[in-house]
Amino acid sequence: MPQFDPTFFAPQLFWLFLTFVTLYVLMTVVALPKIGAVLDERQRKIDDNLDKAAQLKAEAEAAVAAYERALSESRAHAHSVIKEASDRLAHEADERNKALATRLAEQIKAGETRITQAKDAALANVRDVAVDVAGSVFARLVGSAADAARLESAVAAALKEHGK
Amino acid sequence: MANPIEQFKIQPLVPLKVGALDISFTNSAAMMVLSVCLITVFLTLSVRSRALVPGRWQSMAEIFYEFIAGMLRDNVGSEGRKYFPFIFSLFMFVLFGNLLGMMPIPVIGFTYTSHVIVTFGMAAVVFVGVTVIGFARHGTHYLRMFFPEGAPLATAVILIPIELISYFSRPFSLAVRLFANMTVGHIILKVVGGFVVSLGAFYLVPGVVPFAFLSAVTVLEFGIAMLQAYVFTILSCIYLHDAIHMH
Repeated sequence: MPQFDPTFFAPQLFWLFLTFVTLYVLMTVVALPKIGAVLDERQRKIDDNLDKAAQLKAEAEAAVAAYERALSESRAHAHSVIKEASDRLAHEADERNKALATRLAEQIKAGETRITQAKDAALANVRDVAVDVAGSVFARLVGSAADAARLESAVAAALKEHGK
Repeated sequence: MANPIEQFKIQPLVPLKVGALDISFTNSAAMMVLSVCLITVFLTLSVRSRALVPGRWQSMAEIFYEFIAGMLRDNVGSEGRKYFPFIFSLFMFVLFGNLLGMMPIPVIGFTYTSHVIVTFGMAAVVFVGVTVIGFARHGTHYLRMFFPEGAPLATAVILIPIELISYFSRPFSLAVRLFANMTVGHIILKVVGGFVVSLGAFYLVPGVVPFAFLSAVTVLEFGIAMLQAYVFTILSCIYLHDAIHMH
């Protein structure tokens, strides 16, 4: 077999040494740093993008939290405004009711006073009418005018007797 | 039918001599030069665009890089990083030698990994390098490789010779494994190819059988070409691991 022919051991080893050293140098200096740089750059870019994604996610979460806080705040604010307005309206209605009740009470009182006066006046007229009627009746029956003082006391006594 | 051994013959293309030393530029040397050129061109041109999303060629270069880097990381650890260019060169040199040997290249077509002196040259560099690294890292403690701590003293008589033999047979097993695989594969290809020619020339139908077999063997040989490059490299990594971490 040609493999075991020592004639070509020396040239093969020489060229093996030469080509392998050349390959080693080319790989070390040229090829491997280039590929390594490409891989590193890709890894860095991937890491960067992942970082950016995480950052954006955090920002989005913060925005959601802020939105929800604002929402709950405005809800609470709206609630307090409504409560205030309804309190105020209830208060006003109350006061108006009170004022109306007072005025109505005054009017009722004035009316009652007026009725009492009218009643008294009417009662006084009844006495005069009664005296007149009694006088007229006496004159007709007796034929002469009755004594005014006695007539009046008689009417008063009659009125008293009837509780008036 | 051509002699199946003839394909391993070395033909000097440019006879050279330095003193008594014959350094003729042969078909073997030409294939080595071709390998180095192709490896360098492939690896540099493919990553020239520095694309973030790699194309086919760049992907292949990156796969080779990460494959060897991963192999070194898994088998040697972080201390192996500085030997990465050497291991990578070794893998690419053997792989391209095996694969280019499968190509029908005119005039210089040759498989340099089928020559035991070439594989032994590489194995010897690995062996000597690993031994030097071992002694440099551990000093005389590296001799513990041949007699592990904790072993009973009485076993030394058996253990030390076994360990010595296993250690010193490393370069030979490394060299012979690659050389034998390549040689035998190429002989089978040549013999079966001869059957295709001799049978096919006279009887068209019988020639189909060896041709189908030849096709299958060719596929197998491509697989072996890659596998043997892998085996050569990973064994080098394992020896390197032993030298750095001991057993």
